[in-house]
Amino acid sequence: MSLTLATLVASITVFVLAIFLGFELISKVPPTLHTPLMSGANAISGITIVGALILSNSAFNNGNPGTAAWLAFAALVMATINVVGGFMVTNRMLEMIAGKRKKKGGA
Amino acid sequence: MVDAVVWDVGYLVSAALFILGIKKLSSPKTAPDGNRLGAFGMLLAVLVTLGKMYSEGNIEPELIVGGLALGTLIGAWMAIRVEMTGMPELVALFNGFGGAASALVGLSEVLARLQSGNVPSGGVELYATWVAIGLTGLVGWLTLTGSLMAMGKLMGGFYIPLTKKDSRGRRKWVNFPTWGPPWLNFVKVAMLIASIVLIVLTIQEPTNTDYIYGLVGTSCLLGILFVLPIGGADMPVVVSLLNSLSGIAAAFTGFVIGNNVLIIAGSMVGAAGLILTFIMCKAMNRTLPAVLFKSFGGGGKETVTRTKVGSDPEEVAMVCDGITSCVIIPGYGMAVSQAQHAVKEFADLLESQDVDVKYGIHPVAGRMPGHMNVLLAEANVPYEQLIEMDEINSELPETDVALIIGANDTVNPVARSGEGPLGGMPIIDADKARVVVIIKRSLNVGYAGVDNDLFYEDKTMMLFGDGKKMMNELNSAMKDL
Repeated sequence: MSLTLATLVASITVFVLAIFLGFELISKVPPTLHTPLMSGANAISGITIVGALILSNSAFNNGNPGTAAWLAFAALVMATINVVGGFMVTNRMLEMIAGKRKKKGGA
Repeated sequence: MVDAVVWDVGYLVSAALFILGIKKLSSPKTAPDGNRLGAFGMLLAVLVTLGKMYSEGNIEPELIVGGLALGTLIGAWMAIRVEMTGMPELVALFNGFGGAASALVGLSEVLARLQSGNVPSGGVELYATWVAIGLTGLVGWLTLTGSLMAMGKLMGGFYIPLTKKDSRGRRKWVNFPTWGPPWLNFVKVAMLIASIVLIVLTIQEPTNTDYIYGLVGTSCLLGILFVLPIGGADMPVVVSLLNSLSGIAAAFTGFVIGNNVLIIAGSMVGAAGLILTFIMCKAMNRTLPAVLFKSFGGGGKETVTRTKVGSDPEEVAMVCDGITSCVIIPGYGMAVSQAQHAVKEFADLLESQDVDVKYGIHPVAGRMPGHMNVLLAEANVPYEQLIEMDEINSELPETDVALIIGANDTVNPVARSGEGPLGGMPIIDADKARVVVIIKRSLNVGYAGVDNDLFYEDKTMMLFGDGKKMMNELNSAMKDL
């Protein structure tokens, strides 16, 4: 892909707007949710898994996989740990908090 | 071959799912759905990426599937195995992995480009790509080493492998260091400047890998120096800030590989994480600059000179007989001794005698804001009994017994004086209850290193010992009455 000034400016536009969006998304969070919210957001930041996928694929397709390929592979494993572990652990915490409410409501 | 637009639409849907997910995560009712939406968005992004590779006919399935499977196994194993008490460390570790993944993607991209000779000759492409790669590395490596440091501090220390075991079968324990003379701040600034200079140098001489590896070094060092002076009590703020940084690193990675979903999700997490950081600072009555640049909770602990006679569980059981209200104030010590189930049993015993039992939860009880709620939820404590600080403080003057287990700084009345390390921190007014029972190993000071007047008051009964053991003794004493 070749990067032109136009695509760069478009990317920066997305970047800046998403930052404002992030600031607006969270206003008041009850302390109960601080830990799960942190770990849930952490799992989403594992989106870098997409980059790791693309790079490890192209690096290993290159013929002779060098350092770059193995670095990308390490990135893929780490990003996957971040994503899978992050969402699972967040789910465990939230089920624990929400599960109790449901039981109480049903009784 | 499928039109590229289809894949872009897929990424757009996935970005929208992340936005909805984060939004829903910030309210208790919708949080589980929010998490599932986020996970679904991630799955979609991965499937879209794989689909795109497949349709372009150049997928290398063995390695991709192998990497995904390996990561899934490790991640799932860690997520299932972790104890609720160890949650903050695990979040810090996952966060470090996220940062490292971004940094590795940046490094891999630059090496691959050098290997294939695909280096832009100049202009926008060179500047934008190389700045993005440099910033990804800087923020990513810093997030990795900073998160690992934070993890070590949250654990408090570690056992040295291969040292001789003592009579209890434990190896030698070392505390994780907290060290930060004022001049360290200048070193941090110097490291930051050095990193930026190295990024500029990589642009001027894109083929020189020395600058690239130099940047890895300065960034890693910066992460270590950044967390080294910060005390364990402030770690929640640090982990939250590092979480924000790992989002930013992912966004920069988006610039490197030219993918919008990374830019959107990464910068959104970065901004949301920063807001969460400020919310936590407020809950802990600290400002972000104070956390980052003033060493706290490290040295200078007060030595305890006063003494207090401990009480028996039987005495406490007698005091608890015939009361009408009890507020339980748990701290991290309760979690360390795994006493939450014994605490729940105590609450059940009281409730069977028609005592009104509530839990007063300080915003920073535990080692992460909200950590205590998770721990008590695990012990089947009804959510309705977990009362936030402001609300419980209005009830404490009418409360018969305040039972404090494993908490210290969060109930220290000295905070009201506005002086010292705890000055101005909001506390739970346990001292206003008619009788105060404190379960604690000793009179030793807490994180903030300040003696607690509450221990020495006449109405205070101290039960010295391990939280779980004392709770169990108290429970059997209650049953024997």
